[in-house]
Amino acid sequence: MIRLENVNKSFGDLKVLNDISITFESGKTNLIIGQSGSGKTVLLKSIIGLHDVDNGAIFYNDRNFTELNHKGKKEIRKEMGMVFQGGALFDSLNVEENVRFPLDMFSTMSEKEKSKRVAFCLDRVNIQNANHLYPAEISGGMQKRVAIARAIALNPKYLFCDEPNSGLDPVTAIVIDNLIQEITKEFDMTTIINTHDMNSVMEIGEKILFISKGYKAWEGNKDQIFNTENQALNDFVFASDLFKNIKKST
Amino acid sequence: MNLFEHVGKFSRFLLLVLSKPEKGKLFFSQIVKEIHKLGINSIGIVVIISLFMGAVISLQTAYNMLNPLLPDYLVGYTTRESMLLEFSSTIVGLILAGKVGSNIASEIGSMRVTEQIDALEIMGINSANHLILPKIVAAIFINPFLYVLSVFVGILGGLSAGYLTGTVPISEFIYGIQYGFIPYYITYSLIKTVVFAFIITAVPSYYGYYVKGGALEVGKASTKAVVNSSILILLANVILTQILLK
Ligand SMILES: Nc1ncnc2c1ncn2[C@@H]1O[C@H](COP(=O)(O)OP(=O)(O)O)[C@@H](O)[C@H]1O
Ligand SMILES: [Mg+2]
Repeated sequence: MIRLENVNKSFGDLKVLNDISITFESGKTNLIIGQSGSGKTVLLKSIIGLHDVDNGAIFYNDRNFTELNHKGKKEIRKEMGMVFQGGALFDSLNVEENVRFPLDMFSTMSEKEKSKRVAFCLDRVNIQNANHLYPAEISGGMQKRVAIARAIALNPKYLFCDEPNSGLDPVTAIVIDNLIQEITKEFDMTTIINTHDMNSVMEIGEKILFISKGYKAWEGNKDQIFNTENQALNDFVFASDLFKNIKKST
Repeated sequence: MNLFEHVGKFSRFLLLVLSKPEKGKLFFSQIVKEIHKLGINSIGIVVIISLFMGAVISLQTAYNMLNPLLPDYLVGYTTRESMLLEFSSTIVGLILAGKVGSNIASEIGSMRVTEQIDALEIMGINSANHLILPKIVAAIFINPFLYVLSVFVGILGGLSAGYLTGTVPISEFIYGIQYGFIPYYITYSLIKTVVFAFIITAVPSYYGYYVKGGALEVGKASTKAVVNSSILILLANVILTQILLK
């Protein structure tokens, strides 16, 4: 579980996050949705501590992350896995070495155990026969999957994904969404996913935070999202003709 | 940003870089990789440039000695002194600032804009230390060898040029190489080389590490890195010469 209390963040004069409070639940895929530029990435990076928040608190279970010193944060970071928007695989390492990297840095496993763990993670995301390829040599969808494998290598309690299916074709996008959801259930992780993709919302929106211009505008789940009076949310959800038609027909 | 802000930011950056590495074994293997990338891969350019510069220095000296009373061995002497004192440390330093510096700035910069640095940070790794310290250590270790190589090849170039054009006999040249030799000059140049090695790696790393934006900004950072590390090398050269040769 991750709980935010009145989180504020600005860059200079630009106020990006205003008083965001919400609880993200474990074993669920929690979505942060909103238009491009609404502050999703900044919120996610604030939660994991890549940005320092101006004020407010972020709790990992009952540990107040914002109040911890560097060492305390580092401990919690070992329980986090993150899939960045572009994958952020290390260019200079091949697929296998990328997944192995966190193990080399932080685990006490033997070389053999590490190899087994790498094989397990890659298998879990359906990557076969690509161990020795470099990130530049594999497709965008594969990069995302390897990034997921790397993120789960150390068995994280918390998984963060920034637009995991942006730039992917619809079929691959759904595969990635479902994969993240399965892994979340399988290992009972608290997963937070940034997206602006309504398909993802429909597939895996177990808990949804909608932000608009840096404010929390709505909170709910995928079943509630079509029946709200919230204007900003309706504008977002029914931006496409497809969803407008769905609404008319129901 | 003005100069003072840069100095402050650079100092804080160095504090991050110069901390204890997470895993000793991994750190060591990274140093070996960097020695290969920064040092071994620079041997070619150092050899070519030193060979030709040695040759040109020797020919220019020979053709400028109009006075027949000046002995031929002075050509060997001048070639040695030029390579030893200035060329193999400072000029090679400037050339490496171009080659290695732009490479480092763009490597680190593109890691920044593609969030690879964020990926390290979220794992709880000090990214500045992890990525940059091995480069600095590797260059400080390997550049003195490049210096020695450059001196040797330069003198060889001078000797060959003198012999092939028939301007200076080999025996005279070799006598000149040994004439009036001051061992301290090697110490002086090695100190310079080590300082330059630090500048060539730390400054471009700094520009790469703080890139914001995309590919365009990475290119700009890489240019800035080369220009500013070259200026710093020239500045350090004057200061060190004043301190060490006074
Ligand atoms: N490091 C930064 N410095 C200054 N402004 C930033 C920074 N990161 C993001 N912003 C600004 O914050 C706002 C929200 O950005 P972001 O969170 O990336 O949006 P998105 O919802 O598309 O992920 C944008 O206006 C962006 O320009
Ligand atoms: Mg974003």
